[in-house]
Amino acid sequence: MKARIIITPKKAVFDPQGKTVQNTLEHFGHQGISAVHVGKFLEVEISGEEDIEAVRARMDEACRRFLTNPVIEDYTLDIIPS
Amino acid sequence: MKFVVLQFPGSNCDQDCFHVIRNVLGCSVSYVWHKDTSLGETDAVIVPGGFSYGDYLRSGAIAKCSPVMSAVHDFASQGGLVLGICNGFQILTETGLLPGALVRNRDLQFVCEHVYLRVEQESSAFTGASRTGDLIRCPIAHMDGCYYIDSDGLRELRANNQVLWTYTDRDGAATPASNPNGSIHNIAGVCNRAGNVAGLMPHPERAAEDILGEESGLAVFKSMLAFHQSGKAFNAASSAS
Repeated sequence: MKARIIITPKKAVFDPQGKTVQNTLEHFGHQGISAVHVGKFLEVEISGEEDIEAVRARMDEACRRFLTNPVIEDYTLDIIPS
Repeated sequence: MKFVVLQFPGSNCDQDCFHVIRNVLGCSVSYVWHKDTSLGETDAVIVPGGFSYGDYLRSGAIAKCSPVMSAVHDFASQGGLVLGICNGFQILTETGLLPGALVRNRDLQFVCEHVYLRVEQESSAFTGASRTGDLIRCPIAHMDGCYYIDSDGLRELRANNQVLWTYTDRDGAATPASNPNGSIHNIAGVCNRAGNVAGLMPHPERAAEDILGEESGLAVFKSMLAFHQSGKAFNAASSAS
């Protein structure tokens, strides 16, 4: 089983990386881009046969307590069965 | 007065703090390793700068899980003085002992330069040796030093006088040009609501003796000593962030 976690800066937090990437895309002629958000992707491999909802609950807690900082980051969590 | 200086893998300002406390301030000091579960007998804790755990995941994110941090939480909740400098500030915000967070610098560059700090209020345990409006000149050296807090949090900081130091120019004016990293309202350092835990990105320990060309940073350590000697104490019940 795998947990895939996408972490992005909260919209209220200025994201200079995202802004710079957006500017560069526009420099290359890409139009209509309203925003770019640069974040992180984590893939956690989980062994053993556990209930998928139990794994989701456990990983969700890990996201809130450690893997993300809720003051500045949002996340989405997907559990991928093996 | 007795201090302890925490040491994490990647701490690199621990010895500077130790030197200033022992040889300049004239106080007792010892190191506490991050795997220790007790701080021993102490009156204050310094969480020093550096790059604990290589800044993996987020600056301070791994260090906050170190065994010693439970002891720091207990110490702070009993009213003990805790000061985080640079990476130490990042660790204390990650643990929730201080409000807000430190994010990537506005200009996406590591900044290493001298800055001016204006003391915002003189009644705290970390600024009592200064007067409101005094300037401290000391170095900064960080990549993730842009202080962020949401608008409700900022209002609360202001209402409770929790902003202790602000980046300014040499005349004490907080301007966009004197803000080295994009911190909201030029904030360089804050304390918790109770006032016994503080953090700042600049390095007062690197500007604490004349031989280094600057000694105004010593005021931060002198303030902690003066607070301790005054016999004042924080109410344990109110020492949450």
